[in-house]
Amino acid sequence: MERIPVLRMGPLLLITIQVDMHDKLALQLQDDVTEKISEWGSTGVLIDISSLEIVDSFIGRMLANIAAMSRVLGAETVVVGMQPAVAITLVELGMSLPGVRTALSVEAGMELLYGAITDGTENERSEA
Amino acid sequence: MSVQKREVLPIKVSNDVVIARQKVRQLAVELRFSLVDQTKLVTAASELARNALDHGRGGSMTVEVLINGGRSGLKMIFEDQGPGIADIEQALKDGYTSGGGMGLGLGGSKRLVNEFSIESEVGKGTRVTAVRWR
Repeated sequence: MERIPVLRMGPLLLITIQVDMHDKLALQLQDDVTEKISEWGSTGVLIDISSLEIVDSFIGRMLANIAAMSRVLGAETVVVGMQPAVAITLVELGMSLPGVRTALSVEAGMELLYGAITDGTENERSEA
Repeated sequence: MSVQKREVLPIKVSNDVVIARQKVRQLAVELRFSLVDQTKLVTAASELARNALDHGRGGSMTVEVLINGGRSGLKMIFEDQGPGIADIEQALKDGYTSGGGMGLGLGGSKRLVNEFSIESEVGKGTRVTAVRWR
């Protein structure tokens, strides 16, 4: 079955969406991410959508769901690389992706996630 | 106003929504819409095609290239033979959903185009027409 690859890089999951997704593929990705977080104990999820030419309400909801589910499982999600035309359209559509952290580039997204991981360990130390 | 080109695509399965998006993109590029306008048209097509599939049990999309004087435009008509919409005004409100969605499909799509109309008869089906001018 057709799937969007979920890559593991240390404590992070990397996902690059490069195809025009039909709805079932988007739902499959949602399942795969949660499964991988629990299997690998990932603490961050980076989703690169720079190749996506549109984000409609369905894809928007999928991104929000992944962020929410990951958070419950102890992982932060950052969505990176949204094209300006996509951002304009998404807001006009009525979605501003509340609850989803975003960054302009993969690099900036990585920094956010590594920052979140470091903060986490520091907190643990201060608690101990 | 004249119709320069007319195509009808089925919307019966999930992948037909992807094909509908690609057709609208192709025509929007041919009509030399700006990138933002292309994105708005394709996003509206995606929402409306999904509505026809999920709520209308499938149907079709008709796309027309319009010429009105010196102006060109793209018209999209989504038709289904589903249960119809009893209260169109309510269906257009943001946040109203009959399914599991976010309820942005109809109202959101309306904001992405210049002209928008819904004709619906309960038990017979729904026709949504959307036009964006260049």
